[in-house]
Amino acid sequence: MAFALSAEAEQKLNDILSRYPNKMAACIPVLHLCQEANDNWVSDDVIEFVAQRLELSAAHVKGVVTFYTLFNQKRPGKHQLWVCHTLSCALRGGEDILHHCEKRLGVHAGGTSKDGKVTLRTAECLAACGTAPVIQVDKTYYENLSIAEVDRIIDTLVKDG
Amino acid sequence: MIKQTTYLSHSYGKPNSWTLSAYESAGGYRGVRKALSMTREAVVEEAKKAHVRGRGGAGFDCGTKWSFMPKESKKPHYLVVNADEGEPGTFKDRSIMEMNPHALIEGCIIGCYGIGAHACYIFVRDELHLSKDRLWAAIKEAKAKGYLGKTPFGKDYEVEVYVHTGAGAYICGEETALLNSLEGRRGEPRLKPPFPAQYGAFGCPSTVNNVETLAIMPSAFEMGCDEFSKLSELHSFNDGGARLFGVSGHVKKPGIYEAAVGLTLRELIYDLGGGVSGDRPILGVIPGGSSCPVHLPDEVPTLPADAKWDPYRGKSILDIPLGVDTFRNAGSMLGTCCAMVMSDAVDPVLALHNVMRFYRHESCGQCTPCREGCGWIERILNKIVGGKGSIAELDEISEIASNITGNTICAFGDGAAQPALAFVRRYRKHFEDYIVSGGKSQTRRLTL
Repeated sequence: MAFALSAEAEQKLNDILSRYPNKMAACIPVLHLCQEANDNWVSDDVIEFVAQRLELSAAHVKGVVTFYTLFNQKRPGKHQLWVCHTLSCALRGGEDILHHCEKRLGVHAGGTSKDGKVTLRTAECLAACGTAPVIQVDKTYYENLSIAEVDRIIDTLVKDG
Repeated sequence: MIKQTTYLSHSYGKPNSWTLSAYESAGGYRGVRKALSMTREAVVEEAKKAHVRGRGGAGFDCGTKWSFMPKESKKPHYLVVNADEGEPGTFKDRSIMEMNPHALIEGCIIGCYGIGAHACYIFVRDELHLSKDRLWAAIKEAKAKGYLGKTPFGKDYEVEVYVHTGAGAYICGEETALLNSLEGRRGEPRLKPPFPAQYGAFGCPSTVNNVETLAIMPSAFEMGCDEFSKLSELHSFNDGGARLFGVSGHVKKPGIYEAAVGLTLRELIYDLGGGVSGDRPILGVIPGGSSCPVHLPDEVPTLPADAKWDPYRGKSILDIPLGVDTFRNAGSMLGTCCAMVMSDAVDPVLALHNVMRFYRHESCGQCTPCREGCGWIERILNKIVGGKGSIAELDEISEIASNITGNTICAFGDGAAQPALAFVRRYRKHFEDYIVSGGKSQTRRLTL
């Protein structure tokens, strides 16, 4: 089934286009818009849609999708839990948090929990070093974390129906 | 010397600090009025007097960069803000965007006017959602009040500011990769020349400035850029004004501290940062993001013979003022001016392993020495950490890193090579002991 946007999202797409002198520049913001409307991943249908709307080749769009970490080429779980493991967070327990999340969720980083609720991912420096260690759940940062707080956050995510 | 200032940080922690009303109550949007009453040429000359060295890590003089833009052009000019804060250890630009976004907006208006641009794109890394929200809200407020649009502050000089988002790539913090990403392409760096002032965004003359660089310009213009520069102990080194200093890792009070340029690492770590966690000795300090060399706390750098360096000769690296030229001439690098502190609880082998994993992950892959070199160094470190390394491979790390430096399209390669060279050189004995014992003699980790 071909990918399509809602009327409201189409309006946002036109708004995005109005900001730039050409259509190619809208590529990344439009890919984000479409990913959000497609269960948080970029399928081949989404690539086709973006290519057509922005008058780009599908190859160009696919080249962009495959370059950037935040475009998901596979359907993720309902939530994405990113654990920063770069130096400043690692100095303050980031790796312990990562291992704890792996145990709680029963996956290695990159995997999705069996109930499909959470995809666990490692993140590189999230610019929260002064409040390390930090995790990002979808769009929200959780900082100054302890293992207990991480447990509370995971509890909420797995309960989320 | 500690001279704390509040030009950017006065609003930090205050409720609704990010609103236009709070910003104006605190004296905002005065510097831009001064700037718009001058000619474009006068704005650039004035900006040069501030001696604001680019706060993104390269330390290039802001006013000088603005002067590179063509005086007349058949093509539109663009101001592009580098808000892709991703250098490990760095978190200062985020504080400005979240808690004082109007300072950046005001700086963008001044910058646009100074370079002859009517449009500005603030390239924010995608992960910083709150920053993007606050910036869009600030733009909306500024437009509603007539500070942006066709006649900002009544001046017939259109200025529009847009927030643009990245998609998760540290390399997009490199200015030409950022321009490619802005254009809707893979974020791969370009060869320079041509420089952005000749051929930047959309093939047009562009200036790329860091968030903090632009955000401090309103304060500089308001008090007079020469006055602003003179706040700094390093004014005579053309490193002027005040800036944000970050500290993270094994310190008691990690965070952002604003002070006049002249602050030292010792003051940042022990006075402002509250001292090392557990009052432990320092294993090493990285002055400004992981692309900088790591230093032992008692290192005394060799400064050039010129008399202007005499005041700092013979001093520990911890006691030399944090400045672009002071650190460069001390064989170091100021970078983003956000220090990472490792106590003696830290194993430098594990620390370098962590850092090189980052560079391998973030390499864009265009240049063979970087693409292959980062991966190779990480794999050697994997072996060492796993207890299967050899001394010969330790030397290989330095050789591979040396072959990256100077052989790449962009400075990422140098940023990856520098920590590899510095850690192996400064902790050589520790690396050798680790290898010989297969890691078994080591009890240190990364955490306390």
